[in-house]
Amino acid sequence: MSEALALSGVDALYGESHVLHEVSFTLSAGKVLALLGRNGAGKTTCMSAIIGFLPPRRGEIRLFGEPVSRLVPEAIARKGVGFVPQGRRIFPTLTVRENLIVSGRSRAGAPVPWNLERVVALFPRLKERLQQVAGSLSGGEQQMLAIGRALMGNPRVLLMDEPSEGLAPLIVAEVGRTIARLKQEGQSILLVEQNIKLALDLADEVVILNTGRVAFSGSAGEVRSDQVLITQHLGVF
Amino acid sequence: MQYWIIQTLNSLALGGLLFLLAAGFSLIFGLMRIANLTHGSLYMLGAYVGVTILKFVPNLWLAALIGGAVIAIFGGLIERFILRALAGNALGQVLVTLGISFIVADFCLIVWGGDPIPVQTPLALQQPLRVGGVAFPTYRLVVLAIAVVTAVALYLLMERTRIGAMIRAGVDDMQMARAVGIPVSKLFTAVFCLGAGLAGAGGIIGGPIMSAYPGLDADMLPLALIVVMLGGVGSLLGAFVGSFLIGAIYTFGTALLPDLAYVILFLPMIVVIAFRPRGLFGRQTV
Repeated sequence: MSEALALSGVDALYGESHVLHEVSFTLSAGKVLALLGRNGAGKTTCMSAIIGFLPPRRGEIRLFGEPVSRLVPEAIARKGVGFVPQGRRIFPTLTVRENLIVSGRSRAGAPVPWNLERVVALFPRLKERLQQVAGSLSGGEQQMLAIGRALMGNPRVLLMDEPSEGLAPLIVAEVGRTIARLKQEGQSILLVEQNIKLALDLADEVVILNTGRVAFSGSAGEVRSDQVLITQHLGVF
Repeated sequence: MQYWIIQTLNSLALGGLLFLLAAGFSLIFGLMRIANLTHGSLYMLGAYVGVTILKFVPNLWLAALIGGAVIAIFGGLIERFILRALAGNALGQVLVTLGISFIVADFCLIVWGGDPIPVQTPLALQQPLRVGGVAFPTYRLVVLAIAVVTAVALYLLMERTRIGAMIRAGVDDMQMARAVGIPVSKLFTAVFCLGAGLAGAGGIIGGPIMSAYPGLDADMLPLALIVVMLGGVGSLLGAFVGSFLIGAIYTFGTALLPDLAYVILFLPMIVVIAFRPRGLFGRQTV
């Protein structure tokens, strides 16, 4: 099975504060890897390191074998990393359509390429709002837009940081179905999620971070059946 | 009657020139958060370069195009090789751009001398336009038309093209724009060149009205700053409305109450800033 995204020995620092300590894990092509952990465990920092916001101090990040950890964010995105950030961060003054087309990029070898038509077919609610200013969308719609925006770049690896955060249960379920569908289409996904149940339902592999270190790495099934592990690293739920 | 018409057209022509200057300043600040204090110098340098080009190419419009391109390249070099290294360092950018503006001023003094150099109005536009017994200075009308056409073109570029949407995405959330693959660095250079080119071309087009003289930079920069503060940084509409507002206030202020010209100029800006810190058309930025 080929490696889609790999971190090996990644150290990251905010100023002098060390937030990631030799983090290593591998996302296999076509799989979903859930990155779990308590608040402040370093999940979002991992995402920032991968997309290039916070270049690692040490260690290497590879995308399908190619090192990307020394590149700027726009170059990493163009290499095929799609990013659905925490808090969605859609471009609020742009229309829905503009949000989608600014990140539109084709990629050689994409089986069924994403484009505006396909994204609005995936999220019909966006279709009715294409000319609307994105800042006026509801939270759920903004989340769909953020996912659609990332898909428009035809990513080889999709990073999703807390896609269910702050959404109503019905919308969370819809986001879950969308991720499941993307997985079915063979999209490699790195998922950070506070909603453990959602994450475990979708994930093949699980990596648990604790205070910036990898505390567990294994299959989703192992985590589901190991109550001690869950209590110890993820809090009671 | 004739007096008011002339003053109104003077104010509209000045507003048009201010727009050419302020639009670029506003775009650069909105996207890159660089307060480019060389912007007035780019205008003056444009005027002087235009004077020289006119010796070889006796056509003001062609000179404005060529001169605008020269200043655009000069601006691009400043951005790539100097300002790029100072990203995020606001004080450094202010000092460097101020320093460059002093250097440009001395350079102009050495090359073109200290006397004002008049620029001839194109022959075809020297005769006033007579409508119903009232004479309108034709060249000022043309300057106004150029500003309006430029504003429409900039509007279409910013609001109707994918490149424009990318620039606005960068203004909304620069980091996120990069994360979706928008080549922000190239856009920066392009926007800087565009802004510099507009300022340079403005200097040449303004030549027949203002001439080229030492101190033109220091006369224009504060006006551009006021326009942008009043209209709201990063807002094209704000730059447009602000330019004509300040053009009118400055022209009528100096004509009617010359002693209070600067009070009349700065007071509205202070009032607007006090009550609307983001200017008339400014918006929340991330």
